[in-house]
Amino acid sequence: MKVLVYIDQRDGKLKQNGIELLTAARALVSSPADLASLVVGDNVDGVSGELTGYGSDTTFVASMPELANYNVLNYAAAVQTTIDTFKPDLVLGSASPMGKDLFPRLAARNNSGLLTDIVGLEEKDGELIGKKPLYAGKCIGTYGFAGDGVKFATLRPNTFAPEKNEQGSAAVKTVEVSLPEARMNTVEVRKGASQKADLTEATRIISGGRALASADNFKLLDECAETFGATVGASRAAVDSGYAPHDMQVGQTGKTVNPSLYIACGISGSIQHMAGMRTSKTIIAINTDPDAPIFTVADYGIVADLFEAVPLLTKKLKELNL
Amino acid sequence: MKILVLLKKTPDTETKIEVSGDGSTIDHTNTKFIINPYDEFAIEEALQIKEKNSGAEVVIASFGDASCKDLVVKGLAMGADRGVLVSNEGLENADSLAVSKVLKALIESEQASLVLCGKQAIDDDNMHVGTMVAELLGWPHVNVANKVDIEGESCTVEREVEGGQVEVHKFNLPGLIGANKALNNPRYTSLPGIMKAKRKPFDNKSISDLGLDSAALSNTTVLKGLEYPAEKPAGKLFQGEDIDTMVGKVVQLLRDEAKVL
Repeated sequence: MKVLVYIDQRDGKLKQNGIELLTAARALVSSPADLASLVVGDNVDGVSGELTGYGSDTTFVASMPELANYNVLNYAAAVQTTIDTFKPDLVLGSASPMGKDLFPRLAARNNSGLLTDIVGLEEKDGELIGKKPLYAGKCIGTYGFAGDGVKFATLRPNTFAPEKNEQGSAAVKTVEVSLPEARMNTVEVRKGASQKADLTEATRIISGGRALASADNFKLLDECAETFGATVGASRAAVDSGYAPHDMQVGQTGKTVNPSLYIACGISGSIQHMAGMRTSKTIIAINTDPDAPIFTVADYGIVADLFEAVPLLTKKLKELNL
Repeated sequence: MKILVLLKKTPDTETKIEVSGDGSTIDHTNTKFIINPYDEFAIEEALQIKEKNSGAEVVIASFGDASCKDLVVKGLAMGADRGVLVSNEGLENADSLAVSKVLKALIESEQASLVLCGKQAIDDDNMHVGTMVAELLGWPHVNVANKVDIEGESCTVEREVEGGQVEVHKFNLPGLIGANKALNNPRYTSLPGIMKAKRKPFDNKSISDLGLDSAALSNTTVLKGLEYPAEKPAGKLFQGEDIDTMVGKVVQLLRDEAKVL
């Protein structure tokens, strides 16, 4: 099987979640010649060094000023040109804001199947099989593809470890893109207030619920997050109460997260919240109510008032100098 | 301007999902269904655009079974003008791309110039259909929209991406916009609104009315089975001790047992 991996790039930097795609794709190909990456942007020709040794011989690069900022129509043209050149059986991307915007276009353009936000991918009896959470993680669906031609999938961030295998030269091949008619212009990209990793990509998260009782009290979580490089999240109850903005919401009507460490503070654990964070590898819950449902998914639970426990946690994590 | 809002019926977020015994399907016997929450933001945005553009018409359309009519009528009670339900009979298991082909044909038959939908449905969480519909129509789209400004034919849409970054995209109609939660606060339906909604025009259509044939709408993905996520072994619960001691133990476990620090 030939696999093309689409690696997200913003501000000239490759997203770490792109590298893990190469780890995932390696299991599907028989040699580095059958695995290629694609980077789209401006002045991104120099990226191949970062991709060397991850099992792919080729890095396709589409680099031009018009591709500096993400514009779905231009980016789709760049990926399609690469598909037509490399002729992969599968195009694999990240289930990131960019991947989830770009891949449905590509699948429709190629009249092909797309599996989004997969947490498992394998070839079984010659058939490509993906697993994905449904109903925000309340159940898992196993899917195959129908029909001929190229197939598409996006992988949930932090599913695979970005491991090197010291194979693959990742030699750059330039992709000449002919841009489509300008039907949409990206007029501006505004930086976010936070330089932290987005919740959907974060490997460490600390979240607060309604028990935080005010927007101001979220500072407690900010201080704690600083000590171990975490991103701060919130429950729907906290967002609906106005303590945190919507882009911090974890849950079925917020963001689905998959960190290695998730710390829930003063969150009781509604079905809709747990659906958004239950695949986190290690979960800590701090709550005054020993019967709170959040403790059923927690690896470690502390029955305590968060206003006492969180500052102590901050102090102890700070001492570790992480 | 004709605005078409796409509406999907989804299980309530608090609903327990029951996988059938053979793992082939979801048993929805006890499921409460709602309008996909993100679609409500799309309806509200359509109504606000209509209020600023005299002569605009808002049509709410759904592809599904007969029970979807009640949900479309709820949207009419919010203030939309007309409802359309395309029956999914024979295509109950249609995947994203097959559904998108039906909706593309509907949008063409309605000659809508602006299509609004939720950024994703909360059942399969795919975030596919809006974008696929735009691609099939050859239209631009902006999904996960937090802000929409329309001046004549010109749409400026702000889209939320990772890390609080905002992309601002601009296109001329026709186009498709997918609504995020931050876009607006959907209005409540009033009793007079509900009474009026029952008398608003409502069309029932079949896919053959749209010139489509179910044989040409084959799926590109195949569901092979459903299962519950693996149960986690019971965790360690600390209570009744000094808080400093409990926090210390957990930090130690994070380093030595879970190895995540």
